[in-house]
Amino acid sequence: MVLNSAAAAVSISASKIIPLSMTALLGLFIVGFVGFSHLEVVHNAAHDTRHSLAFPCH
Amino acid sequence: MSLFRNIVFTAVIAGLLSGLLLTVMQSFSTVPLILQAEVFENAAPEAGHSHGAAPSAPGAAAPAADHHHEEEAWAPADGFERFIYTLAADMLSGIGFALVLIAVSEAFGGFKGWRSGLMFGIAGFLTVILAPGLGLPPELPGMPAAELGPRQIWWVSTAVCTAIGLGLLVYTRSAVFAALAIVLLIAPHLVGAPLPPSHETAVPMDLYARFVNAVYATNLVFWAVLGALTGVIRERFRAGEEVSAGTPARLASR
Repeated sequence: MVLNSAAAAVSISASKIIPLSMTALLGLFIVGFVGFSHLEVVHNAAHDTRHSLAFPCH
Repeated sequence: MSLFRNIVFTAVIAGLLSGLLLTVMQSFSTVPLILQAEVFENAAPEAGHSHGAAPSAPGAAAPAADHHHEEEAWAPADGFERFIYTLAADMLSGIGFALVLIAVSEAFGGFKGWRSGLMFGIAGFLTVILAPGLGLPPELPGMPAAELGPRQIWWVSTAVCTAIGLGLLVYTRSAVFAALAIVLLIAPHLVGAPLPPSHETAVPMDLYARFVNAVYATNLVFWAVLGALTGVIRERFRAGEEVSAGTPARLASR
C-alpha cells in the first residue's frame, strides 16, 4: 500500500504533466473568476454564491 | 489530448449536477438568510445601530455604506434572475473545483471508484471551506470585515497550505513530512486572518449562527457529492485511456 502509492506518485509520465497542469490551471481560473474577481458585475452576479461558499466578499 | 478532454468532460458533468444540488440546498437554507441580512444592511448604513434610525439625507449616507457600489454597477434583479445567476455561479464553481480535484487525484494515481472520489471530496471540503472558515467564518451581507485584498490572500494561502499538509499526511510515511504537514495545517491560523477593527453589526446573531451552520452543512454535502460523482464518472470514462491500469483499478474498487 505504502509502496504502491509512492510508486504511483513517482510514475506520473511526462505526457501527463502538461494536460494535468492545464486542467488544474483551468479549474483555478474558473474558481478565481467566480469567487475572487474584483469586477463589480461579476461580484453582483455571483453574490449569493460567494456568501454561501464562504469566499471573502465585499 | 484525450486525457485533458476526458477530465474536462467528467468535471463538467459532475460540476453541473453538484452545482444544481448546491443551488437547490442554498435556496432553502443560505439564500433566505442572505436576503434577511440585506434588509438589516440596507436599513442601517451606519453599522452598530440595530434600530435603524432614519438617515437624514440618503445621498449623504450613501458613501458610508460599504454596499453603495451595488447601486452603480449592474446586478441581477431579485427573484428568478438572481436565482439563475446563483445557479450559474454554483455550477461554474463546481466545474472549477472538479477540474482541480481530478487533476490532483490523477497526479496521485487517479480515482478508484466513488469511495476514493468521496475521500477527495471531503479533503476538498477541509481545504476550501473548513480551514479558511476557521479564520474567516462565512459572512452575511452587512457584516464588518477587513480589507478584501488581504482576506483573499489569507484565504488562498490557507487553502494552499491545508492542501499540501493533507497531501503530505496521506501520501508520505516519514515523521519529518508528517511534522511539516502539521506545521502547514496550523501555521495560517497562528498568523491569523485579517480582522475588522470592530465586530459591531446590525445583523442579529441568531440569524448569523443559522447562516454559518447552513453554509457548512450545504458545502459538506456539495463536496461529498462532487467528489463521489467525479470518482464514478472519471472511472467510467477512463476506459481505453490506459489499457494496462484499467482492470486492476476496477478490481480494487470492488
